[in-house]
Amino acid sequence: MSEIGQYIFNGLMLGMIYAMVAVGFTLFFGVLDVIKFSHGDTLMVGAFAGLTASIAMTAAGITSPLLQLLGVVLFAVGLTGALGAVIAKFLILPLHKAPPLNTLLATLMLGTVIREAVRLFYPDGSNPKPFPALLPTSSLELGSLSLRVDNLILLAGGLAAIAGVHFLITRTKLGMAIRAVAQDGETARLMGINFEAVVLFTFALGSGLAALAGVMNGLYYNEVNFNVGLLLGVIGFAAAILGGLGNMYGAIIGGFLFATLQVLGSALLPALIPDIPSAYKDVFAFAAVIIFMAWKPTGLIAEKSSERV
Amino acid sequence: MRQTNKSPRGSLALIAAAVVLTLYVWMFLHAESQAAVGVLIAAAAIAVAVSRKLGATRTMEAAVAERPGLARALSLLGALALIAAFHDSHFVLLMLCAVLLFSTACLGLTVQFGYSGVANFAGAAFFGIGSYAAAVMAAHTQIPHPLVILFSGLIAAIIGSVLITPVLRTRGHYAALVTIAFGILFKTFIEVNDVLGGPQGLQVPGMKIFGVALNDGIAIPGVEMSFYVAYALLSLAVFALVYALVSALERSWIGLSMDVVRTDETAASTFGLHIARWKVIAFTTGNFFAGIAGSLYGMVSGFVAPNNFTFADSLLMLSIVILGGLGNIAGLIPAALIVLVLPEKLQFIQEYRFLLFAALVIIILLFRPQGLLPRKTRIFFRGETSK
Repeated sequence: MSEIGQYIFNGLMLGMIYAMVAVGFTLFFGVLDVIKFSHGDTLMVGAFAGLTASIAMTAAGITSPLLQLLGVVLFAVGLTGALGAVIAKFLILPLHKAPPLNTLLATLMLGTVIREAVRLFYPDGSNPKPFPALLPTSSLELGSLSLRVDNLILLAGGLAAIAGVHFLITRTKLGMAIRAVAQDGETARLMGINFEAVVLFTFALGSGLAALAGVMNGLYYNEVNFNVGLLLGVIGFAAAILGGLGNMYGAIIGGFLFATLQVLGSALLPALIPDIPSAYKDVFAFAAVIIFMAWKPTGLIAEKSSERV
Repeated sequence: MRQTNKSPRGSLALIAAAVVLTLYVWMFLHAESQAAVGVLIAAAAIAVAVSRKLGATRTMEAAVAERPGLARALSLLGALALIAAFHDSHFVLLMLCAVLLFSTACLGLTVQFGYSGVANFAGAAFFGIGSYAAAVMAAHTQIPHPLVILFSGLIAAIIGSVLITPVLRTRGHYAALVTIAFGILFKTFIEVNDVLGGPQGLQVPGMKIFGVALNDGIAIPGVEMSFYVAYALLSLAVFALVYALVSALERSWIGLSMDVVRTDETAASTFGLHIARWKVIAFTTGNFFAGIAGSLYGMVSGFVAPNNFTFADSLLMLSIVILGGLGNIAGLIPAALIVLVLPEKLQFIQEYRFLLFAALVIIILLFRPQGLLPRKTRIFFRGETSK
């Protein structure tokens, strides 16, 4: 029983992280019709920014976990949000008129630049680094199931972040501007919406969300690695496509669906094929991406696209 | 309109250019100190800037367009001269092999990405499939080695055909995701798979052609020769063959159809072109070439390991394609020289090479998307060349 509970919990946590990444992809695709593939590496920058903030605060003598957590989250989200806006301003917007594959290629290369820069220039960046445990580690007993409080807080935090973004997009004036730009950039400009400012804000928002996901990932696994972005980027992208690009609910569903698949894979694979190394679960995840793309090329909830000839 | 009579001056200019370029590459490969390499790079930059100002580059391009046969013969001669000049240096010959074989794989990527617009972000994976296929076949079967190379290419093409359905059903970034996922899947799979040697990789036996083991070297009395000479000649032959095939393909109606499919699918289908068919042909051909190159590369280096075929290596291959000028196969060799040899020569950038070339590609995409040597419109009737 508790094992199944563990699997479910693990799946929820993974799903939350994937959903947060996928929402970013979907937001960017919504406003500019671009895929920013460096999104996964943006997440990794967020995690490393959080780590740096924590180290700096410990050095400055601030050891209260609550204050540290606040500092880590603020610094990670702030820095990464700014990074997202800078990337949009100097890379995505200038390439807006180029063929879509060029943008994809440029952001793939940007991802490599970010990844390599952290590996080479962050002190001892090529090795996995321990992430400080800033959350209470006690656990709640519910019958035979024990839930760790820190994981519950992480789940709640992720849920709150996604709900917050959703509220911002659907209920505020700024969100209305974002939706207007997503629907038709030209017309939005005619209505007096500052196109560039909205785009930059959207990229900052998505990147901030990714940074939060990166910090959550670090807190959950107690470790950050410069390589984490590539995997999360591919899976987040796949989840966004699965849910239909440009659709926020789809991205969230896609994220959780993908996590379910992965957890099922790692639980069922050893049962189906005995003595299969656990490392095959990544192979399984990527094979699932390819099969999904063959089956539903534009996702479960298809992207609304009309071809302009 | 300019006179297009073949003047002897054009031929002479071509020969002179070939000699200068060969000498330059010779000096570059020969340079040992970082300072010498720096001076050579600066000299190249100045020479390019000056000749562009004087219009020499345009004259040269016109001369090449007028005499494609001579230009090719000269390039081949230059390559042979370089192999002869470095006949006793293992390291330089190995680098030349790498440049030639990576360029061969990039010819495959050009057919896919440059001609037909099928993005393949798993070039290194197909290269790797070729290497592993060669390793397994050469170690466990009696198949003659030239056939092993051919079969490795076929295996890469067949494994690639698993991706055809998802690649065909999707477009643009969706298709890109499929190949990215495949590239990462391949590396992870090879790494966890014990049968294929896991992270340690496999040994590849040396090549034997018609009973002659290339690892024994060719013996010419009185001359000390590296056994890599034979491999370099073989790599050159494979590259030249694939190059001839791809350039013939580009000039033919096949290349024309592929270009139409890439630039406008709607127009292509109104003209009766079967879009899916052309994409499948391009994707399979490209993977075949990558597999062949990978197989020979495995035999040259004598060793295959998953770490040589990562996603970053796929991106490095795409950097070569973009840097050389997307769709311009003549640009692949200089681009491969820059991407593969420069980090070996400037040791201090070796560690940073993924970072540097990724940044370089971003800059190229932003400011010169057509690449260093842009692709020319094909000219079918030479009399009506430049206006």
